[in-house]
Amino acid sequence: MPEAAQTPGNGSPPGNGTGPVNGNGQPNGPGLGARRPASLTLVPAAQEKLATKDFKSDQEVRWCPGCGDYAILAAFQAFLPELEVPRENVVVVSGIGCSSRLPYYMDTYGMHSIHGRAPAIATGLASSRPDLSVWVITGDGDALSIGGNHLIHALRRNVNIKILLFNNRIYGLTKGQYSPTSEQGKITKSTPFGSLDNPFNPVSLALGAEATFVARSIDSDRKHLTSVLRAAADHQGAAFIEIYQNCPIFNDDAFAPLKDASSRDDQLIRLQDGEPIRFGAAGQRGLRAARYGGLEAVDVAAVDSESLLVHDAGQDDPSYAFALSRLDTAAAAHTPIGVFRKVERPSYDALMAQQVRETQTKQGAGDLATLLAGGDSWTIR
Amino acid sequence: MTKQVQQLDRVIIRFAGDSGDGMQLTGDRFTQETAVFGNDLSTLPNFPAEIRAPAGTLPGVSSFQVHFADHDILTPGDAPNVLVAMNPAALKANLRDLPRGADLIVNTDEFTKRNLTKVGYEANPLEDGSLSEYNLHAMPITSMTVKALEDFEVTRKDAERAKNMFALGLLSWLYDRPQEGTLTFLRSKFATKPEIMKANIAAFHAGWNFGETTEAFSVKYEIKPATLKAGIYRNITGNTALSYGLIAGAELSGLPLFLGSYPITPASDILHELAKQKRFGVRTFQAEDEIAGVGAALGASFGGALGVTTTSGPGILLKAETIGLGVSLELPLIVCDIQRAGPSTGMPTKTEQGDLLQALFGRNGESPLPVLAPRSPADCFAVAIEATRLAVKYRTPVILLSDGYLANGSEPWLIPDVATLPDLRNEASFASPDDWRDADGTIDFQPFQRDPKTLARPWAIPGTPGLEHRIGGIEKADGTGEISYDPDNHDLMVRLRQAKIDGIAADIPPLQVDDPGDAARVLVLGWGSTYGSIATAVRRVRLAGRPIAQAHLRHLNPFPGNLGDVLRRYEKVLVPEINLGQLALLLRGRYLVDVISYNRVRGLPFGGAELAGVIKDVIDNA
Repeated sequence: MPEAAQTPGNGSPPGNGTGPVNGNGQPNGPGLGARRPASLTLVPAAQEKLATKDFKSDQEVRWCPGCGDYAILAAFQAFLPELEVPRENVVVVSGIGCSSRLPYYMDTYGMHSIHGRAPAIATGLASSRPDLSVWVITGDGDALSIGGNHLIHALRRNVNIKILLFNNRIYGLTKGQYSPTSEQGKITKSTPFGSLDNPFNPVSLALGAEATFVARSIDSDRKHLTSVLRAAADHQGAAFIEIYQNCPIFNDDAFAPLKDASSRDDQLIRLQDGEPIRFGAAGQRGLRAARYGGLEAVDVAAVDSESLLVHDAGQDDPSYAFALSRLDTAAAAHTPIGVFRKVERPSYDALMAQQVRETQTKQGAGDLATLLAGGDSWTIR
Repeated sequence: MTKQVQQLDRVIIRFAGDSGDGMQLTGDRFTQETAVFGNDLSTLPNFPAEIRAPAGTLPGVSSFQVHFADHDILTPGDAPNVLVAMNPAALKANLRDLPRGADLIVNTDEFTKRNLTKVGYEANPLEDGSLSEYNLHAMPITSMTVKALEDFEVTRKDAERAKNMFALGLLSWLYDRPQEGTLTFLRSKFATKPEIMKANIAAFHAGWNFGETTEAFSVKYEIKPATLKAGIYRNITGNTALSYGLIAGAELSGLPLFLGSYPITPASDILHELAKQKRFGVRTFQAEDEIAGVGAALGASFGGALGVTTTSGPGILLKAETIGLGVSLELPLIVCDIQRAGPSTGMPTKTEQGDLLQALFGRNGESPLPVLAPRSPADCFAVAIEATRLAVKYRTPVILLSDGYLANGSEPWLIPDVATLPDLRNEASFASPDDWRDADGTIDFQPFQRDPKTLARPWAIPGTPGLEHRIGGIEKADGTGEISYDPDNHDLMVRLRQAKIDGIAADIPPLQVDDPGDAARVLVLGWGSTYGSIATAVRRVRLAGRPIAQAHLRHLNPFPGNLGDVLRRYEKVLVPEINLGQLALLLRGRYLVDVISYNRVRGLPFGGAELAGVIKDVIDNA
């Protein structure tokens, strides 16, 4: 009988729940500052310093000129070396859609799967391989329409996967039908008289699904996007990042108010943990609690400074984060970006590995002959 | 009083009652006693999909048939020799299967006017002479049980619920079954409820003692142990054997087992069984739906696990796209379809062979994969190991077609010696960077460069440095695996995937034909769970002096290489199936042989006598 699972090249057997660690129980390598990102404690450290180019595959990138996906890909490739994880331990899983082509452009392990199912596939991979850093690339149609069920369940289970949802509020690859995040009344090929559907707010949905990490960023703000990716990697469990992404062909300038100098300061609210929430060109606006659990924007000068909210993504009760997410409705015209919520809860894969380990400790490793013999056998001579 | 002892060579008993009467448990225990006694046996549980249909109604009837003998037997039997009917509904639902002269044991307590009316009896059949053709033993089982438990600290309801143990005790006496297993079982099952435990044990003894003292039974029966092949045996159901086969397959391959599954009748017991086996490192994932179950299994396979998903026909439909992705990615994946009566929800607890064509063709595009079917409950073990072998060696999804009859039915199983099981570690080996290093040390990994013999591609799992690659459902260029829309490349890849699966025919045993003396002109060919019924029929036909050949397919795709020759060797080929002729369609299309179909789709296995009649007709007309 085989005694142990085979080992891949770096000596870390699949499914045993441990990667190389040094003497003090911490994985090797300095990582972000002195500490490795929380989601990577079981992932081996890179033996050599990696650069952006190490994560670029030799495939020609084939998105439309001006597509926001280019900026996100560049930010992602430039960010990954920071994790100090070997390329071979990074896996990018995607579904179907324009954004889901991204794995082909990464020189890591990758799977371009089927429509909507990437979170399910990544769940199986991450649950059986805690030594991997698993990223899911998806879009608004992929994640919120055909794959909505898998998204919410991956989030509630808190599987150690990082989900990047590229939201361009349109179906691009099928050439321009409205999506579950398109605004009501949208004129598209499939809705020539305007769409009737009320859209999802992806951040609200993720919070409702009990996600432990929820954030939002914008394709055009590389620095902000990188900071959110960093925070996601530093989260043990499922991380959900909505990235507003421009589709220049079928939904151009959908996020223009967040990018134009004339409007962005009044609309964008940059969330900084531990900082008072202020926005506007001179920080003259702020947020305070309103009635019935909502939030309202106020002139800072007009209110008592004590009543202004200080952002705390670590609130255990998701009500505050939810209220923040509701500012981004058509009427409110305020769009928070940054980390809405980040709370600690054991990740699904860690619990699964722990249950296996504890059972083996308690019952001893399984013996096939004993299993087959069972308890009620008889002998015929 | 001294009872006369009569020798029998075989008996078929059917326990029937309300869903809440504990008939499945009673049947299970009687079966276990019988197994330990050393008879050969075969069982057929038959129960409604509703957990508790309205009490006393026909839809609520649950039954368990056990056939046991002093020789080897292959089916749960056609018609019971003994029917235990715990209420009027159980009598009404099962009486038509009872041959004249059979023993009929009836619980008279439930034959109230109300219960009789509920199932449409205008008069009490126990009193109107309508059962005179049977050997009727009418007895108040419920009230005798309650009386026997007077001195126990249990509620009247709990006392009444123990009536199934009274019936078990009575039947155990009648057929001289060993008691110890049942007593041990009751002690362990009710360990935390000592009063209930004592009451059930007392009810069991009361039933046994009633048999010994009553004049209702003047005869008790003896069925000698069967002379089976020497070895250690246990009784096993198909779903348990399948679970053990998957664990064995993973162990033999040196791979961790990952099951992604969504509960569905009659497959859920595999999820339950594997969830218990964490000591083998088994990871079980109860997914949000069928699609996520297979998706997670495929993701785990990508990571180097043995990914498995278990379901029934409706679940296969939902998984089809992901299975197709597995065909395109060329990754190992085991898909177990425990077939049930369809279409749609159909009859969830009833058996059928209706998914063969779905398994072969239920995906878009040319999407070939191996399909296997076990022939008996215990055979599920060996077929699960064979499914593992094909999945890991050929890097392909494999569909295993069990069914409700195999899943819940049981038979004695000669426990295999673990040392004789195949070592699959070589077949399951992962790609290593050293296999792909050029003379100058650079690695040029080609994820779709095939093994020249098996046409399987390398299984390079994440964590392996230098073999980073991307795969997907989009067509891939031969060798490099890069996206390709090239017309000739697509034609090549379609043919390569097909050739890989077709090539398995050379890696499986030829079809064995059982044709004593090569005297037969007619071949009866089956697949899957009909083996026992067909073999029983074949024995009957041969006992009547008629030559008949029998062969049974385990591999449904690809077929064994000699199948065409076998088919052409006989004047007529009869293909019985519990569908409307799905294998027959394949045989006609593939081999241009005009096979004769015999089809009944009643949610039940074929009867041996029924098939024997069909075979004789075909021989007579040959």
